[in-house]
Amino acid sequence: MDGLMVPMEHVLVVAGLLFTCGLFGLMLRRNIIFMLMSLEVMLNSAALAFVTAGAHWAQADGQVMFMLILTVAAAEVAVGLGLVLQIQRRFKTLDMDRANRLRG
Amino acid sequence: MIVVLFYIAAVIALAATVAALTRTNATHALIYLIVSLLAVAVMFFLMGAPFAAALEVVIYAGAIMVLFVFVIMMLNLGAAGEARERQWLAGRSWFVPGSMAALLLLEMLLVLGDAHGVTSGTAVSPKVVGMTLFGPYLLAVEIASMLLLSGLVGAYHLGRRFIVRRGDH
Amino acid sequence: MNSIVLIPLLPLLSAAVLILSTGKMPRTVASLMGAGSIGLSALCVALLASSFLADGEIRELTLWTWMSIGDFSPRIAFYIDGLTIVMMSVITGIGFLIHLYSIEFMWDDESLCRYFAYMNLFVAAMLLLVMADNLLLLYLGWEGVGLCSYLLVGFWYRDPDNGAAARKAFIVTRIGDTAMALGLFLLLTELGTLDIQPLMVAANTQWQTGDTLPVLATALLLGGAVGKSAQLPLHTWLPDAMAGPTPVSALIHAATMVTAGVYLIARTYGLFLLAPATLEAVAWIGLATLLIAAFAALAQNDIKRILAYSTISQIGYMFLALGVGAFASGIFHLVTHAFFKALLFLAAGAVIHCLHHEHNIFRMGGLRSRLPVVFASFVIGSAALAALPFTSGFYSKDAILLAAWSLQDIGPWLWAGGLLGALLTGIYSFRLVFIVFFGEARTEPDRQPGWKMAGPLILLCVLSIVGGWIALPLAGVFPAAESHPVNHSVEWISIGVPLLGLLLAYLMFLGGQISVDKLLSAPMARRLVDFWFSGWRFDQLYDLLWVKPYKAIAHWWRNEPVDALYNGIVAASQWGHRRLLILQNGELRWYATIMVLGLVLLLAVMLRNAP
Repeated sequence: MDGLMVPMEHVLVVAGLLFTCGLFGLMLRRNIIFMLMSLEVMLNSAALAFVTAGAHWAQADGQVMFMLILTVAAAEVAVGLGLVLQIQRRFKTLDMDRANRLRG
Repeated sequence: MIVVLFYIAAVIALAATVAALTRTNATHALIYLIVSLLAVAVMFFLMGAPFAAALEVVIYAGAIMVLFVFVIMMLNLGAAGEARERQWLAGRSWFVPGSMAALLLLEMLLVLGDAHGVTSGTAVSPKVVGMTLFGPYLLAVEIASMLLLSGLVGAYHLGRRFIVRRGDH
Repeated sequence: MNSIVLIPLLPLLSAAVLILSTGKMPRTVASLMGAGSIGLSALCVALLASSFLADGEIRELTLWTWMSIGDFSPRIAFYIDGLTIVMMSVITGIGFLIHLYSIEFMWDDESLCRYFAYMNLFVAAMLLLVMADNLLLLYLGWEGVGLCSYLLVGFWYRDPDNGAAARKAFIVTRIGDTAMALGLFLLLTELGTLDIQPLMVAANTQWQTGDTLPVLATALLLGGAVGKSAQLPLHTWLPDAMAGPTPVSALIHAATMVTAGVYLIARTYGLFLLAPATLEAVAWIGLATLLIAAFAALAQNDIKRILAYSTISQIGYMFLALGVGAFASGIFHLVTHAFFKALLFLAAGAVIHCLHHEHNIFRMGGLRSRLPVVFASFVIGSAALAALPFTSGFYSKDAILLAAWSLQDIGPWLWAGGLLGALLTGIYSFRLVFIVFFGEARTEPDRQPGWKMAGPLILLCVLSIVGGWIALPLAGVFPAAESHPVNHSVEWISIGVPLLGLLLAYLMFLGGQISVDKLLSAPMARRLVDFWFSGWRFDQLYDLLWVKPYKAIAHWWRNEPVDALYNGIVAASQWGHRRLLILQNGELRWYATIMVLGLVLLLAVMLRNAP
């Protein structure tokens, strides 16, 4: 059954570590460019987990999900970077802590 | 051997990611991120998903990262940006990512050079993936297409020069 | 379309035109319209009455169906029999005289137009009340006259006291009206119709004499009648209603509206006959009211308040008559009372008019030679009020007393009470005459009443005298009263008692043989007179019983204790909102962190619950 030579747990640990890196990047960085990069990392780690699972059970679903994640990432980046441009023009900064006009 | 190669790729992926997210310079970070993505692509390849690996390189490391580069470049126009450009060509800043990428290339060559063309697992061929994608997942494909369309519209709207709103000066 | 429709329509149209002119109409035109419409209406009534007297046919006229709800479809329809003819004649005839009188009385008032608009509206509503074929239409007129009474009592609305009097009149009568409305609901649900004649037929077939339902229904109707006719215990509004112009008091609060209760009971006598208990209550209420009001009238010193209390007292006689089953006598007294009380009020109005709006009788005096027409009117009116022989009041009151005497068991008691009332009536009415018109003059009149005032006075004088000989066309309306042979001594007593009252009044207030001051020197007497002066302290009692508790409750509820709960919820959510506002700081990273924390928490829970 196992289609992998590497134990799946190891790969999942790598995916988890990548996800955590992205999470920390998201929480700690104030530059919106880096926040978007963190998001990419997190999506990528999820994709890695899917592909791993797909390989493990020798199913195509993992790679299908990878492709869907790819589209999500592409759409997200397109909109996100458009927002970056607008924020830069509007606030003259990329510091998201200063772009807090939605505060209550 | 493939197992060892896999772990090396994993380490490179982690290291590049940590490096990418701890940079202060966006361009440097981007280069590390690309390395990270390449490492993940190698891992895909080693896990018997060559199609996914190819897409990872083409779309992620290629298209999406190029978008990032475009935006960063748009934000750093002018003489100051040019001076920084020159500084970036200095050796130290590209040595580490360069060597990481080289290592990954080496891995790929090793694997491709292997007579069996083996991967670490059972290969799932692109054909099966495509049949699954346009079979049971047809609806998801439709949704993804709509998502891309809306992303396109959103990006078009947001990418305009300046959106005038009430209350702006 | 015939002239019957014109009778209520003319005053109504005139009122509408006067109201729509918003007071911009010249005085001459306004007064011509105001009095003229009533005059034309009276003419129509006269024609109708003459044709009715000729053929005696009951006329029914349906104009249209008012509304149609399920089985219930009241019509705008008139039912004209002898009783209606009598009431219509009184309303339009006396109404016309009073309107004529008003032209002169109100000529200097700035809102003459408004005055005539209200008066015409009142006459229209009152006509609707008496002509109505069903109780719902009657109720429309009933409320219409209540509204006009309110408007006219508060006519000089710039004085807050007048406004208060108007509100009091409105609210107190509204209490009775509510009871009446309930009575109508009861009748409708039980008997399925509000048309008066079918209603009485249905009641006679469905109900037994003395059943609970007829007693309840008639008691509720009686509540309405008591409120409108200012009987105990809802009589307190009428003395205060004297705040309105005097012709208003004459028309509304003496001749017509206040007798609407009497009319209602007479109109629905078929129901009341099924409820002997209610009928007895009517008699006792009438007796109590006539005595209490007569005592109160003795102690007043405002000329109009004396007349107001005497009105209450006389309506008490009418109720007494209704209560003992002498419906025709009650209506007879209603008519004669309308004559002489309108006369008295108009005469009092003339006195007030000529004496710089003086109301206090102790500042009048000696007016006998100065205002001879008014004096003659007052003497005739008072004589009729006191039921001196051969005046109209004598015949009607005598009939009531004899009917009371003929009743079994309680009859003599009622008769005795009525006699006491008659004695008091004699005293207070001639007290008024002697104080105002005899003795030395304290205020000089600055004008004489003109023909528009004197004419109605003289006409009413004639009516007050000969009114007793008018045969009312009431045959066939009411069941024939059994006539008992009455002992002649009883008749002599009822003739003699008013004369005794006149004699006492003469001795006390003119001859001086009985010293009023000496009578009042006793502390008890002084207190008693004060008690009567305040109208038996009914106002204070009601104030204590209803007004004060109501105000206290209102005061308590003013802060809306129930709302405190909801306001508390609002305040709590606002407080929570302010506290939670710090979470909404607009910082993306903070939101991301919170999301991660939540995710971690969820994961922890899931892992904990995992097998």
